[in-house]
Amino acid sequence: MLEAQGVGVVYGAQTILRDVSFDVQEHEFVCLVGPSGCGKTTLLRALAGLAPISAGRATFRGAEVRGPQTELAVVFQDYARALLPWRTVTGNVALALEARGIPRTEHGERIRPLLEKLRLAAHADKFPSQLSGGMQQRLQIARCLAQEPQVLLMDEPFGSLDAITRQELQDEVARLAKDERRTVVFVTHDLEEAIYLGDRVIALAANPGRIAEIVSIELTRPRNQLATREDPRFLEYRHRLYKHLGH
Amino acid sequence: MGAIIPGGVLVLWEVLSRMGVLSEDGFSRPSRFFVAGAKALADGTLLAQTAQTFAAAGQALAMAAIAGIVLGAILGLFRPLERAASLTIESLRPIPSVALIPLSLLLFGFSRDMSAWVAAFACFWPILLVTISAVRSVDVRLIEVGKLLGYSFPRIIVKFALPAALPAILVGIRVAAGIAIVVTVTTEIVTNPRGLGFAMTMAAQSLQADLVWATLMWVGVIGYLLNWSLERLERRWLRYR
Repeated sequence: MLEAQGVGVVYGAQTILRDVSFDVQEHEFVCLVGPSGCGKTTLLRALAGLAPISAGRATFRGAEVRGPQTELAVVFQDYARALLPWRTVTGNVALALEARGIPRTEHGERIRPLLEKLRLAAHADKFPSQLSGGMQQRLQIARCLAQEPQVLLMDEPFGSLDAITRQELQDEVARLAKDERRTVVFVTHDLEEAIYLGDRVIALAANPGRIAEIVSIELTRPRNQLATREDPRFLEYRHRLYKHLGH
Repeated sequence: MGAIIPGGVLVLWEVLSRMGVLSEDGFSRPSRFFVAGAKALADGTLLAQTAQTFAAAGQALAMAAIAGIVLGAILGLFRPLERAASLTIESLRPIPSVALIPLSLLLFGFSRDMSAWVAAFACFWPILLVTISAVRSVDVRLIEVGKLLGYSFPRIIVKFALPAALPAILVGIRVAAGIAIVVTVTTEIVTNPRGLGFAMTMAAQSLQADLVWATLMWVGVIGYLLNWSLERLERRWLRYR
């Protein structure tokens, strides 16, 4: 449904990505991993229509992605920069509804379940500055869901969170993706996170950024922070993909 | 706590005046100008003059804020336009606003507009420059979020760029409010027969030193109150911080 067809990105004299091709299936959870500087964030931005593509093209349901479109939502790593500090939790979620022209009278009934799903209901009237990092990131995810996108593009969403919050959010996102049957493209530099979450892991190599290997992850769902990570197959995937991270 | 210095000065002043060190012709004395001020307040003249000055300064601030924010947002968003406008801005900005008094008098006669336009010219620049830099430094990430959510460019400006720039713009407006009072009173002293500036000129011409001092301090008081209320407003609007 979301496809990269020979995508190349060049900035000035520097080739960031070269000939990247893959296809994301409907309801699939695809993780992009790679060493820093391999262009994984650029690739995600290209898929979202935020970064100019120099060669090849990105398509969504067969149509070329020429710019941002509401079916494709992006969750940024730096949640603090992506939230509107002058709007409350409710107000930030409402932003997505206002954009879609949904009448104000319906906002309450649409926002409430989202906030409950992301455990923010008790903080509906707080401003982002009054929330913890994990809560702010959940708020950004809630806003993206309010957009009712078909694909969630997540750019190292848990990169700046502490380990415990990170694992909590991993399970939450996995559950959301399954319950709501969303398609997810998830960028991370954390190999274990990629294997834990993904149906498929696409490993990128650097200079220039290109696909090194694509691995299907055959671990049972729902996954479990302890059992899954101790599964021999988990370790096998880890061994297999480890070499692509520049070690 | 902050009242110690002005209070002390007034007491010292009263003492020196009674001892004959300060001449009463020019310096009057605090006990006298409080009486003169109270009388002017009671008979309504001081309030009427204050209303005139405030109306002109308020009009000036409103005109400058609208023009400054709209133009500043446009120039802040479009770099080439700003480059094209910078020569014009930098050659108009150094013109002293009071140098526009003769021209404004020709255009508007003795009226509120006359003072307001001169003061608006002075207030426009800080608001314009602050808005340009505030809009330009809005985080691109916010603009991207706006695009991803499906907002059109004009709505991104209204919903994302201007609110993000608001804290800086409000500081610019507070600075401009002080300038508005200063320039309005100046035009009234120089030519316009209205308001607090004219009241001081008249009092001086009739050798009422007490009334000159009383009016002068009154200008200080309303300037303080204006700044205080704008600060309150800022804190209310920016309570998210």
